[in-house]
Amino acid sequence: MTRWRVARLTKVRDENGTARTLVFDVPDWPGHLAGQHVDVKLTAGDGYSARRSYSLAGPEGVELTVQRVPDGEVSPYLTLDMEPGDELELRGPVGGWFVWRPDGPAPVLLVAGGAGIVPLMAMIRARRAAGADTPFRLVYAVRSPEQLCYTDELLRPDPGVSVSLAYTRRAPEGHPRPPGRLTAADLGPYGEADCYVCGPTGFVESAAALLVGLGHDPARIRTERFGPTGD
Amino acid sequence: MTTFTRGFHGRRRGEDDRLPPGQYLAEDFPVLSAGPTPHVPLDRWEFTIDTEAGQTHRWTWQELTALPYEEPVVDIHCVTSWSKLGTTWRGVSLDVLFEDVESTADYALVYSYGGYTTNLPLDDLMDGKAWIAYRYDGEDLTPSHGGPARLLVPHLYFWKSAKWVHGIRLLTEDWPGFWETAGYHNYGDPWREQRYADD
Amino acid sequence: MQADYLDGNALAGPLAEIFAADVSAAVSRCAACGQTGPVASLRVYDRAPGLVARCPGCEEVVLRLVRSPDSAWLDLRGAVTLRIPLRDGTGPGGQR
Repeated sequence: MTRWRVARLTKVRDENGTARTLVFDVPDWPGHLAGQHVDVKLTAGDGYSARRSYSLAGPEGVELTVQRVPDGEVSPYLTLDMEPGDELELRGPVGGWFVWRPDGPAPVLLVAGGAGIVPLMAMIRARRAAGADTPFRLVYAVRSPEQLCYTDELLRPDPGVSVSLAYTRRAPEGHPRPPGRLTAADLGPYGEADCYVCGPTGFVESAAALLVGLGHDPARIRTERFGPTGD
Repeated sequence: MTTFTRGFHGRRRGEDDRLPPGQYLAEDFPVLSAGPTPHVPLDRWEFTIDTEAGQTHRWTWQELTALPYEEPVVDIHCVTSWSKLGTTWRGVSLDVLFEDVESTADYALVYSYGGYTTNLPLDDLMDGKAWIAYRYDGEDLTPSHGGPARLLVPHLYFWKSAKWVHGIRLLTEDWPGFWETAGYHNYGDPWREQRYADD
Repeated sequence: MQADYLDGNALAGPLAEIFAADVSAAVSRCAACGQTGPVASLRVYDRAPGLVARCPGCEEVVLRLVRSPDSAWLDLRGAVTLRIPLRDGTGPGGQR
């Protein structure tokens, strides 16, 4: 059974103009698998509390990347106001389905929509940390270049990991793919793989359908959706 | 033991003596739903009242909207702790719909398109306390807020105001509904903070 | 239609409060249509007084969970069975 633990913020790192990575110190953290998430609970001075779920961004320790949602309730606090030394409550790790284990032999296809990159980045980092040679391919859809997270890390060569970016609204100058919705061409050609899809609900639905259309076995497509308001 | 998060305030919460205990003021109108939104074409929509004696009273969309309506302005209170004050609706009072209904039942089970149910004493639907509402804030009620029509029974927590209402069954014994069988209070009076079964 | 649900991964935290094993990785069989699949792939409606998990095949309710301050109410009548994977030496979430 999983209890609430006190987590103290130790470090913050801006990923872009609206996303921030928060590193927490959590005593007796039991460790986790790439893809798992935590539930966080924030309590105001008058007892009002709010809960949200966030994916763990790295293979070790408690590191969360939070996308600021305009007019959100929790994400503006986490991305703008919370300072090292501040505390919140946290429960986890949870979720044993949307996970990748470094001993998995099958090639992996990761499909991220926006902030859905976070648990998939955890898988890429876990692969690197374990020295695994499982072939990885990441297709990362974002609205515009300003929305990219982990840019430097993703563009740095990582043997066995191929990364392609799909801009849906606006691409940087010279980018070979014109901006537009994710298509089967972005995800193909078919190659046998364990697929992990994470993003907003609509994105996940359409990406999963594209994968099935390409010939992927639905039983090997694992999805994680964000709600309409992951605020 | 609770750990407070320094600097976290959450949504702004107003103070108002029209707010029941434990409720916060909502500025928007949150959409809550336990399932997919049903889309019922108006030419197939109907509202029914089934009595304990097996009689069925039926209204088509044209018939319902041709009845005399009221425009109640009411405060609504959701058990998830938001309240919205002074909301404006248009709907038919249940008193009008029950005019020709003969019943000695004490209980009502309200059922919706999509399968949702909620129960309440029949008395709580009568005497100007409840409406079948089909307009909100000057507009047709949208599917996300329960359109084409929803029950509006604002003196109880808002889960009793069934969205996508389809009918009411009158019963001689109480029959707990969707949330009432899953830990929520059978009656749900916000002023007595009857949220959960044991409150 | 508006996509207004999450998937069963969202149940992992709330159920971890109750069960020693990770139920989101369990396989459930829908009592209405018989479809089997991981709890993680159910459709979870969380903008509601409780969590309502529905079958992705027939949209019937498979599981409901309401958390009051002092109790958890769990209704599993929409599931014929739950097959819960138990790995040697794993704890909640399947990690060692």
